[in-house]
Amino acid sequence: MSTHVREADVVIIGGGPAGLAAGAAAAGDGARVVLIDRNRSLGGILNQCIHDGFGLHAFGETLTGPEFAARYVRQALDAGVETHTDTLVTDLTSARELTCSSHGSRYRLRGRSIILAMGCRERTRGMLRIPGSRPAGVLTAGTAQWLTNMANVRVGRRIVILGSGDIGLIMARRLIWEGAEVLGVLELLPYPSGLPRNITQCLEDYDIPLHLSHSVTCIHGQERLEGVTVSQFDERRRPIPGTDREIACDTLLLSVGLIPENELSRRAGVSLDSTTSGAVVDHRYMTTIDGVFSCGNVLHIHDLADWAAQEGARAGHSAAAFAGSDAASQRDPVVPVLAGDGIRYVVPQSVTRASEELLLSFRVTVPDRQRTAVVTAGGRCFASQRLARTHPATMVQLDVRCPGGLDAQHLEVHLA
Amino acid sequence: MICKRMTCILCPNGCELEARYTAAPSPDGILVVGNLCPKGIDYAVEELTDPKRTLTTSVLVRHGVQPQTSVKTATPVPRDVLIAARRVLLQLSLDAPVAIGDIVSPSIAETGVAVVVTRAVARRS
Repeated sequence: MSTHVREADVVIIGGGPAGLAAGAAAAGDGARVVLIDRNRSLGGILNQCIHDGFGLHAFGETLTGPEFAARYVRQALDAGVETHTDTLVTDLTSARELTCSSHGSRYRLRGRSIILAMGCRERTRGMLRIPGSRPAGVLTAGTAQWLTNMANVRVGRRIVILGSGDIGLIMARRLIWEGAEVLGVLELLPYPSGLPRNITQCLEDYDIPLHLSHSVTCIHGQERLEGVTVSQFDERRRPIPGTDREIACDTLLLSVGLIPENELSRRAGVSLDSTTSGAVVDHRYMTTIDGVFSCGNVLHIHDLADWAAQEGARAGHSAAAFAGSDAASQRDPVVPVLAGDGIRYVVPQSVTRASEELLLSFRVTVPDRQRTAVVTAGGRCFASQRLARTHPATMVQLDVRCPGGLDAQHLEVHLA
Repeated sequence: MICKRMTCILCPNGCELEARYTAAPSPDGILVVGNLCPKGIDYAVEELTDPKRTLTTSVLVRHGVQPQTSVKTATPVPRDVLIAARRVLLQLSLDAPVAIGDIVSPSIAETGVAVVVTRAVARRS
C-alpha cells in the first residue's frame, strides 16, 4: 500500500440516501467531498426497493426506490462530489484516516470531516436462535428482495414470513405478483411493526393472514425447508403449550428488525447508544470523536428514506462547516437530551446551550392513542405535538425553537 | 347507514378512515371522516367504487449490465388487473441501454396506462 495519504474536506462512507444527501449538502457548501461505496452503483438499498411510496416528503410526489435514489445521485454528482464505487473501507481511525480497498489495490484517505452513512443490515436466523435443522430456504426479506428484484432468481413457491416489518410486507405482495403462495405473516408482538398502509395494500389486498402474538418455534427439512412449527406466544413472549401447529412451506422469510452497521465506527472508537445501536451524537450529528459525523440508518433506524436523506443533508452541512473551521474547540457546553416517560430514545443525544433551532427524532415505547409529545428544559415547555396515534414503529420528528438558547441542565422529551 | 373502515394508503401517515353511505356506494353519496388531508376523501371514494393500485415489478433486459430492470405503471391501475398486467410484463424483454421513463408498454392490460422504466441499465460492453 502506498504511504501517500490523500486529503479531502469531507469523506463520506456509504452512498445510500443519507450519504448522497450529505454529499450534495457538503459539496454545495463548497467542501471538497469524496464519497465511498462498496457497491458498483450508488443508491444503496433503494435500488432493490422497486415499490413506490418514496419521496412524498422530499419531493412532494411518490417515487419508486430506484427513482428516488437516482435523484440523490444526480444531486451529489451535480454538486461535484467525487465518488469511489466498488470500494470497501477496511479501517477508520480516530484521526479520521481511512483505509480503502478496491480491485486489489489499497489506498488511504484523510478527511477534515468524516460522515458515517453505512446504513444497516437485517437480523438473521442466527440472532433469533430458532431451533431445528438448517435447510436452504430460510432467508431475510431483504435477501429475497435482492434475489427477486435484482438477480431475477425465484426464491420459492410456498412462503411463510416471520416478522411484520415493512420489508416483509412489501415482499409478501411482491411474491404474490411473482406467482408464489404467501401462507401467512407471523408477528411475535401483539401489534404489527410495519406501516398501516402496508398492512392494507400488501396483506389485506391478497387475503394474506397476519397472525399476531405468533412465532416460529421449529424449522424442518434437510436439503430444502419443508415446513415450520408455529406457536402462539403469551405477553411474556413464551410459547403457549398446545397452540403449536405445522405449516408446510419451502421458504421462510425473516423480517425481524434492522441493525445499524457500526463496525467501522467501533474501530474508530465512536461511542454507541445501547438503545439505538447507533452513535451518540450532538445537535450537529457529530459523534464523540471530533469531526466524525453520523446520519441515516447507521445512526438510528428510520421508517422512511426521506427522513434518512434529510438527516444526511443536515450532517453534510455540519461536516462542511467543521471542515472549513479552525476545528480545535468546537464543543460548546453540552445539554443532554433525555428520553422521558413513554419515549424509547431521542436523537440527538445532546444539544448545546447555544442551540436555537433543533430537530428531535424519537420513538415511543408502546402503541397508544391521543397523546401529546412534550419537550421541556429547565421547567419550560419548548414544543409540543398532539399525536392521534403513537406506535413504536413510527418515528416522530419535532422542530424545537429555543430563542436565546437553552439555560438548562437537560432537555427532555416525554408523553403527556 | 353502512360504515366501512379503511386505511388510507396514499402516504406513510396511513389515516384510519371511516366511510359512511347508504346502500350502494356512489361517488357523491359517501361521507368520509378520519382523514388528515383532502386526499383521504378521494381515496375512500375511489376505494369503494373503483379501487386502484400502482404495479411495481421487473422486466428482463438483454445485453445489460444487470439481467433486469424495475418498472411501474405511470398511474395507479384497477386493482383487479394487477396480476394480468404482471403476466403480460413477464413475456417482455427490453434491449439495454434503458433509461428512467422509457415506455415499456403504452397501455398495459388495456387500461390506457403506460408502464415505464424506473431504473437505468447500461449496455454490457
